[in-house]
Amino acid sequence: MATTALPQQTIVLPSRTRLFFNYLRRNKSLTIGLLMLTGLVLFTVIGLFTIDPKHAYPLSVPTRRPPSLEYPFGTDFFGRDLYAAMVVGMWQTALIGFMAGAIGTFIGTVLGFISAYFGGWVDTTIKGICQILTPIPVFLIQVIIAGSLDKRYVTIFTMALIVVLLAWMGPTLVIRAQVLSMKERQFVAVAKLSGVSELGIIFKEILPNLLPFIAASFVGQVFTAMIASFYLAVLGLGPLREPLLGNIIWAAQSQSAFFNGWWWWPLTPSIAIVLILGSLALINMGLDELANPRVRRTE
Amino acid sequence: MPPVLQVRNLQVSYYTDAGRARALDGVDLDLNPGEKLGLVGESGSGKSTMALAMMRMIKPPGRIEGGQVIVGDTDITALSEEEMRKARLSKIAYIPQGAMNSLNPVIRIGAQMMDAIRAHNEKEPKHEAEERCMRALESVDLKRSVFKMYAHELSGGMKQRVCIAISILLRPQVLIADEPTSALDVVTQRQVMETLDHVQQQLGCAIILIGHDMGLMAQFVDKVAVMYAGRLTELSSVREMFTDPKHPYAQALIRSLPSLENKGVFQGIPGLAPSLLRLPGGCPFHPRCPHAMDICTTKLPAFLPLPPSERRVACHLYTSDGAIPVNAPERLQAAQ
Amino acid sequence: MAPLLELRNITKVYSRGLINRASTTALSNVSLTIDEAEPTIVTVAGESGSGKTTLAMLLLGFIQPTEGQILYKGKDISTLVGEEKLTFRREVQAVFQDPFAVFNPFYTVDHLLTVPIEKFKLAKNKTEARDRMYEALTAVGLRPDDILGRFPHQLSGGQRQRINVARALVLKPKLLVADEPVSMVDASLRANILETLRSLQRDYGVTIIYITHDLTTAYHIAKSIIVLYRGAVMEAGDVDKVIKEPQHPYTRLLIDSIPWPDLSRRWGETELKAKEAETDEQTTGCRFAARCPYVMEVCKNPPPLFQINPHQTASCFLHASKPEVAPEQLSELLPV
Repeated sequence: MATTALPQQTIVLPSRTRLFFNYLRRNKSLTIGLLMLTGLVLFTVIGLFTIDPKHAYPLSVPTRRPPSLEYPFGTDFFGRDLYAAMVVGMWQTALIGFMAGAIGTFIGTVLGFISAYFGGWVDTTIKGICQILTPIPVFLIQVIIAGSLDKRYVTIFTMALIVVLLAWMGPTLVIRAQVLSMKERQFVAVAKLSGVSELGIIFKEILPNLLPFIAASFVGQVFTAMIASFYLAVLGLGPLREPLLGNIIWAAQSQSAFFNGWWWWPLTPSIAIVLILGSLALINMGLDELANPRVRRTE
Repeated sequence: MPPVLQVRNLQVSYYTDAGRARALDGVDLDLNPGEKLGLVGESGSGKSTMALAMMRMIKPPGRIEGGQVIVGDTDITALSEEEMRKARLSKIAYIPQGAMNSLNPVIRIGAQMMDAIRAHNEKEPKHEAEERCMRALESVDLKRSVFKMYAHELSGGMKQRVCIAISILLRPQVLIADEPTSALDVVTQRQVMETLDHVQQQLGCAIILIGHDMGLMAQFVDKVAVMYAGRLTELSSVREMFTDPKHPYAQALIRSLPSLENKGVFQGIPGLAPSLLRLPGGCPFHPRCPHAMDICTTKLPAFLPLPPSERRVACHLYTSDGAIPVNAPERLQAAQ
Repeated sequence: MAPLLELRNITKVYSRGLINRASTTALSNVSLTIDEAEPTIVTVAGESGSGKTTLAMLLLGFIQPTEGQILYKGKDISTLVGEEKLTFRREVQAVFQDPFAVFNPFYTVDHLLTVPIEKFKLAKNKTEARDRMYEALTAVGLRPDDILGRFPHQLSGGQRQRINVARALVLKPKLLVADEPVSMVDASLRANILETLRSLQRDYGVTIIYITHDLTTAYHIAKSIIVLYRGAVMEAGDVDKVIKEPQHPYTRLLIDSIPWPDLSRRWGETELKAKEAETDEQTTGCRFAARCPYVMEVCKNPPPLFQINPHQTASCFLHASKPEVAPEQLSELLPV
């Protein structure tokens, strides 16, 4: 009955690492972005091991010193070693970004999933809330909230929460759209035919395919959170004691650092922010090309 | 009369991460004016690549690596980008697979047809261009009112006929239709094919019909060309192909066709088509060929004519003077 | 013993819109009985919009009928729970049309086979499961070592569809709904897949409902046929009789439009008399009336099924002189 199977050719693809590096060569923005990010991460990690974190806070070192061997980035008006401040500040900015990113993505995934999978009034409600909240000017609300909080309550964690407050709608709608299309896919029907329960379908069939979208949402959220925390801090609405990069710039500006000749004070945090946001933007662009085969440039 | 389409040694490769895939490996083809040619082959045999190459629409990582395509008296492989753009639709037109789903949903049919004309001839006065569109619609058996309609208001068969109308707007010399009826049901398919036939008779253009449905070929074309792994294996008239196919692959294809006579008898072709990344040495069909000889594993058979007819076969079983080689079954049988 | 699966007077209506309810009748009073004791192959033939996919979805329990009941071993399937529901799932399976869509791209192709083996407890341990998978894959002509552990996009369409069929072999259901299993597969591979389906019926007692629009493959694999058009049964009976001597004008139109790969049966011989369906209006009479070349006054009423001979019935007033058959008795006219 069966036709005999003749020797079939199997195509051996070059190893996955080779393919990965080949791709990196082609996708320059992703490569450069990743390199920059790696550099920044190394700086922070090595820094955290080598500096004394106390120096990142006021009144710990001589003030207003220009960059020297002892203080590579100089010191500021309040007696902060700017090198230590940078390291700790970057770490804290990253922390805010990741916390807000994680919370936002988690909310988005759960709500998006529930909304799409169960449909009906649940879907209408969640979708409706997202659509109503989206046009609200985020910046304004964040400034109002951050501005009205008692200074004592503004910490790294509350910053993250403020930033997440109006950012979770994006991922929710994206995940919802994906689940809606995915649950109609035939492999879900086949899974049902194979006896898989509803829960099994959600976690074993649909969720794994959502990982790329969840990852992309996460990166986007981290990006947005970092920018948000930065501009809130620059306005003086951040946790003022902490050496957040935005805080340092705000402090420098409030003391008229440039006019007083302390040029190194606002310079280093500015460069740092440009590098951080630039690398994230490049990675975002690179990921975009990865996810969208049409845009993908090939040899 | 000189042929309206001449393809000489066309070579197209795709450069992928896994290596170089030879999608077309030296294809030669001639088409006379008014002739209908059917191009058959399995998926991956290179038939769509052939159409794209003739239109110079191959995108990276694919590349036309050699050969010529001559339409009328113009070598379109030598044209500049701008000249090629003008040649598309006016000299050689292409109806891609799934064309009916590629009609712009937010622009009226008439506007899309006018776009096609304007892209080639900005100076044509509006009412003349519109009249040209109307005539095209009528020749595909659609009412003039379709000019003002949107794609979603039309049925599948009607949309496909709109695509045919667009392709004949500028009276091309060669029309390539890639699986024009694959998404249509049997009744609509017949209507569309009959429309294509009618259009071809009116215009006198040559048609290349790409597909894998041999039945459709039997009903429509004059000549059939069979492709396998990027090469042409046989080119015969449709009658010769169905009654006396020469190449073993063509023979297997004809044998596997279901008909009303042999109910319940299934004859597939064992094995799989080779990957274009790793073609076997010699003739690409030899691993699956029941008549394979030693020479088939090392030497690529040339696509040679088989006199007295205009047939061509690429198989070591036949030499160019039509003599039967030593190992052929007929000789063996006679010897027993 | 209660029949395995019974559809009693099934009607399925889809309505759209909240305020202006526009409704489409996908199926209209269709009855079918499938008996475990007599495994057979029934073809449900029709174009798109005929309701054949709706029928498949109903049989598989994915959608609920608007009217009528679907009974599994005497019990309404919407009432099944727990153990009984699992048994229903195991005994009623499907092979779908698109070889790629059935695979979850996140997992290797093994996932398609391992999940049902695990859920339906078809193997006692991993080794036995592997043996069963090997057996099934070999039976469809694949080399398990080349297939297992690969991702769907690394295999060809033909290989993927064969894995689909292998899944059916592993499960050995009582009823297999095959929805266009070979339409997206190359012609040379179709024979292999259809042969496997036939062996399922012959050697393992599986009843197969073969849904298609391609009457040529239907002719070769099925014993009986039901022709649907816009949700209603047009003709049904022994597949030989229906295809060679169609009694309903719609069936005749279908058969005439098939591109037979046979030069002696050309389209030109029978003129396409039917008009194109212009609108989708819901008529209360015969569903084919708007396109029928033989339409009469009486066709404004829904035609019942008339029995032409013991194994053929057509719902057309042209045969009003023959005895009427109730929809519930449709299955009795289908030979096994």
